[in-house]
This record gives sequence, C-alpha cells and structure tokens, in this order.
Amino acid sequence: MADVTLMKTPAETALAQAYESAKAILPGNVESRAEAFELFTRSGLPHRRVEEFKYTDLRALMREAAPFAGTPTASEAKAALQSAKALAGVEALQVPFVNGHFVRDAVDFGSLPEGVEIVPLAEALASGHDWLARLSPVAWARQNPVYQLNTAFMADGVMLRVTGQVETPVHLRFVTAGNSAVATATRVLVLVEEGASVTLLESHESPNGANHQPNDVIEMVAGDRSNVRHVRLNAEGDGALALSTLTLKVGAEAEFFSINVVAGAATSRHQVFAILDGENTKARINGMTMVKGGQHADSTLVVEHAAPNCESRELFKTVIDGEATGVFQGKIIVPHHAQKTDGRMMSAAVLLSEGGTMNNKPELEIFADDVQCAHGATCGQLDEDLLFYLMARGIPRKEAESLMVQAFLGEAVEFVEHEGVHDALVSVVEGWLRARA
Amino acid sequence: MLEIKNLVVQIEDKRILNGLNLTVNNGEIAAIMGPNGSGKSTLSYVIAGKEDYEVLDGEILLDGQNVLEMEPDERAAAGIFLAFQYPLEIPGVASMTFLKAALNAQRKARGEEELTTPDFIKRVNAAAQQLEIPKDMLKRALNVGFSGGEKKRMEILQMALLQPTFCILDETDSGLDIDALRIVSEGVNALRSPDRSFLVITHYQRLLNHIVPDTVHVMSSGRIVKSGGKELALELEANGYADYRTSEAA
Repeated sequence: MADVTLMKTPAETALAQAYESAKAILPGNVESRAEAFELFTRSGLPHRRVEEFKYTDLRALMREAAPFAGTPTASEAKAALQSAKALAGVEALQVPFVNGHFVRDAVDFGSLPEGVEIVPLAEALASGHDWLARLSPVAWARQNPVYQLNTAFMADGVMLRVTGQVETPVHLRFVTAGNSAVATATRVLVLVEEGASVTLLESHESPNGANHQPNDVIEMVAGDRSNVRHVRLNAEGDGALALSTLTLKVGAEAEFFSINVVAGAATSRHQVFAILDGENTKARINGMTMVKGGQHADSTLVVEHAAPNCESRELFKTVIDGEATGVFQGKIIVPHHAQKTDGRMMSAAVLLSEGGTMNNKPELEIFADDVQCAHGATCGQLDEDLLFYLMARGIPRKEAESLMVQAFLGEAVEFVEHEGVHDALVSVVEGWLRARA
Repeated sequence: MLEIKNLVVQIEDKRILNGLNLTVNNGEIAAIMGPNGSGKSTLSYVIAGKEDYEVLDGEILLDGQNVLEMEPDERAAAGIFLAFQYPLEIPGVASMTFLKAALNAQRKARGEEELTTPDFIKRVNAAAQQLEIPKDMLKRALNVGFSGGEKKRMEILQMALLQPTFCILDETDSGLDIDALRIVSEGVNALRSPDRSFLVITHYQRLLNHIVPDTVHVMSSGRIVKSGGKELALELEANGYADYRTSEAA
C-alpha cells in the first residue's frame, strides 16, 4: 500500500509549531528530542485504527493542543503547592513540580534522607549528567506516541537515586495550576540501586474546570534485590486530559509493587511498560479506577517476563457510573527463554449505571513452554442479592452500594502496606462514593 | 402486630402465593410448616421486600403501616427482620463494619443518635458472647468462610443487635448440628418479649422443641390451610403433609 500522508489535525499542527519554537530553548540533547518528534510526526496523534489506541482515540479526544506552560514564578509555585491536597496528610519527602517545572526551593537538598539523591532534570539534561545514560530503559516505550511527545517536549523533572533502605516515602507531587489550559511534559528518572528500598508516591492534581494537558513519564530502573512500592494518584481536575507513562526495568530477586489510582481527569491514559529483567523477581501491578459522568480512563499495561522464574500479578479494578468509559488493555509477554514464568492478570469492572462502558482487552503472548499464565476479565453490576441482604438490615441502597464498591476496590488497595497511604486511598474512595450519593 | 391479607404473589409468571391470610400478634411466636415448594421462603422474602416478586393483590400491615410500599431498608427500620435461610457472603466487608452500618442506618432512619464506637462494641461483644461467637469471627469478612452454624449464629447476632419487632426465621434450623441448634434457639428465646413477634418457618418439629410456638400454621400451595396450637406440629411430624397435599393436586 502506498504511503498516505494524512492531513494534520489542528492539534498536530499546533504541536509541530510548538516544537519548532521550543526546540532551541528546551534543555539537553537535541538529537533525541528531534528523533522522538520525528517518530511522532510520522504517525501523528494515535486514533482508533491504531490497535493500542482503539478505545482511546487521542486524535478525537485531543481536539486542541494546549500551549506548553512556562516556568512559574516563586510565588505562583508557592501558591499552587499550598492549595495542593492530594496525599497531603502523608508524611513524606516532598518533591514538587508546578506546571511541569521542578520547584527546587521546596526541597532542602542539605537534609535529604540518607540514601536519597536528587538532581534537577533540566540541569542534568543541559550538562549531560552520567545517569542520563540510564534513561529510556524500555525500548518499546520509544514506539509509543505519548512517550514520544514527552521525550520531545520534556522541560524539567528530576533524577532520583536511591541507594539504601529509605523509610520516609518520597512524594513526587505534580500540580498544574491556573485556569487557562496548559500542557506539561515532566520526566522523572528513578534509579533504585541494588538492594535498595523505597516507597515512591506520585500525586497529580489540577483545578476543576481547566483543560490542562499533562503528560508525565516516570522511568524506573530497579536493581537486583531492590524493593519498590509505588503509589500513583490521579486527582486531576474534571477538565484535564492526563497522559502518563511508567517504564520499569527491574533486576533479579527484586520486589516491585505499583498501583495507579484514578479519581480525576476528564480523560486519562496511564501506560505501564515493565520488563522483569532478572530471575526470581516478583512484581505486582494494580489499578483502581473510579469514573463517572463523561469521564474516560484507560489503563494500558505491558509486562515482559524477560527472565525465567519471575512472578507477576496484575489486578485492575474499575467502577463506572454515569456515562463514563473504562479501558483496560493488559498484555503479558513471555519469550522463549523465560521458563517457569508465573503470571496472572485480572481486570474486573463494576457498572453502577445503564450508560457506562467498559472495554477489557487482556492478552497473553507466550513463547515459552513451561509457564503458568492466566488472565481474566469481568464486567458486571453489583449483585442484587447481596444488595438486598444489606438493605434487609436497614442499610439504604446507596449506602449498600457504597459498601460493596469499597469491598470491590479494597482488593486492589490492600497491597498498599504503608498505613498512612493506604488510609489516604481509602479516603479517596469514600470521597468519590460520597460525591455520587 | 403483622397482618397479611389475601396476599397473591408471582415470580416470572408463576403464582406462588394464592390469597394468603395470616395474623401474628405482638409477643406471639407463629410457626409455619409446610412441604417443599409451598411458598414459605417466598412469604419471608415478600415481607422483607425482595424485588424479584410481583405482588398482584393483598396487603401486609405492620402495626397498621402498609409494608408493601416500603423499600427493604425502610421495612428493617420499621422493625422487620429476616434471618436468611442462606445468609450471603460479602467478601471485603468486615462483619463489624457491616453491623455498625446497619445499626446506625436504622437509628438514623428512626431519628435516633448514632452509637459511639465504644458503645457499639460493648453491645456487639455482649451479644456475641451469648451466642458463643468468637471475636476474631467479627473481624473477618461477613459470612466469608463461616460454617453453616456460624452463619446462622451471625444472623441471630444481628437480630439481637438490631432489636426488631417482627422477626422471620427462615429455616434457621437447616444445616445446624444439635449444639448449634441449642445456641441459636437460646439466642432467639432470650429475645422473646411481649413487644416482639416471630414467624418461624421450618420443615421439622425439632426446632419447635427449642423455640416453642404459640400457634402453628400449615402452608400448602401458597395458602395457610390449617392453623392450630403447638400440638399441630407434633401431629404433622407423625403424619407428614400428605393430608394437605391433596389441595395442591386439585
């Protein structure tokens, strides 16, 4: 078939113009940015005929590309952080970003917890820091247009290195402020060295009514025998189009846990590209999504068992109310040599209304012959018999539904060991349920 | 007082109750016995307000209030309690959470203050002790992994906590061993009061040795076909339901 050059959409045209004017001032290696933008330009914003975006048609969902945000002034950053609430009650080392820019004044570099090093990304890019060689650890993320856009436009972020047993959680706090729509491209590189351990929190928030377009990438390289607990909360305002990617490469005998909680944004897509790269590693990747009204939330996941004897568990829970749409696309890849792989993936959705939609697409690609892999997907309503049982004890219907939704979602959250974080997530669920009552 | 007048009920076009009449006075324990398929469980579900059933005619009055117009939770707050034949397992909902939600929802519906946590725990522990329910069972998800006997004891615990005025025991004896039957019966007997009435649905006379009824009603083909005192249960135990099945065939 002959190549067909498609007309650019207004958003694609705006992105091309933004790249032209920004490329000279964005920090760092111009070649890798240029390459990423070139790759993006070839296919443009992905649409429903692109398999990976079949259920999240970005070309249709991103009618306009918002201008990229400038660096906030110190007082703007301070005001934005003061009104930030997500996971605010959890005692943690705060690493804040406002409008995609690292707020370095908010971090006391002199008293970081032992085993934690932080380097501002803009600086690192400009100076060609050593650690940058460890960026982009997952080759096939580079084929992903959302990731490509972030690479082309990344203006700031941090590089975080963990070298010991860090007790205090590290909280990456992403705040987009203001009411006129802006785009951000933040990149965080997390290096967890051999045997190190950390709890990494991420929160993402913005005001309601603003059509912000954050695009964040976390790239994590976790060494052998490392232990990482990662909790991400999307608490974006109701107008946001929030795109995010987690790439992970984890070594041998490590333990990795990640959960993405979606409680905000008009449209969101969270992508996880994980490679289990050493033997006897255990990874659990969970998701918990609550959507209502016209919200659209996509969880896309690829886990490659690149080494034998690894175990992965994926559990995604979605609750849909109103006319909202949930998407789960999960794929486990087991190459020839990854014998004794044990992978189990499950996506379960509850529809609380007539008008909701759930698209479940679990996939297994298995080339090894001695593996245990399973996947499942369910989609249904709350059990009427159970509701009747609760109501027969005097609990009104909405409250009975809430109890059952909490129980349903609880399975995904119970793996969060940090009590304060666990309780904060339970409060997020309770808040969401109260808002629908 | 509960009055059921000419109750006609169907489910998916199948007629289950055919003009049932029954009155249970305050303080009375009424037993309903009858063969399989006579409509006993349907009656209990219809009183409690399960949606699947279509009420074609008749009424159910609790102290003069029309029960059929109420949602199940409103009926519970008004004093109706159904001890389920098969209590449901609710994964992820701790028994204590459930009990507290139920108790406080009912109090709220009646315009009463919610209970404080210590007060609530005190009440639960007292009731649990009487029913020989270990504390760790209350921390587990409701009915999940409970034995048949434990589930039935949990039903009676709920009844003791919620203090309803009209209690339906739907085959509470099924699946119970002798010890569990004794514990459950003692739990029920402890709740007997002049303000509280019971509708005890059972196949067997055995339960009625422990929970002695004031009246016994025989149900067949969706109607009460005979009523009498507690001696009627003994008669049924001796002769079976054969005498009452004829009406079914007719």
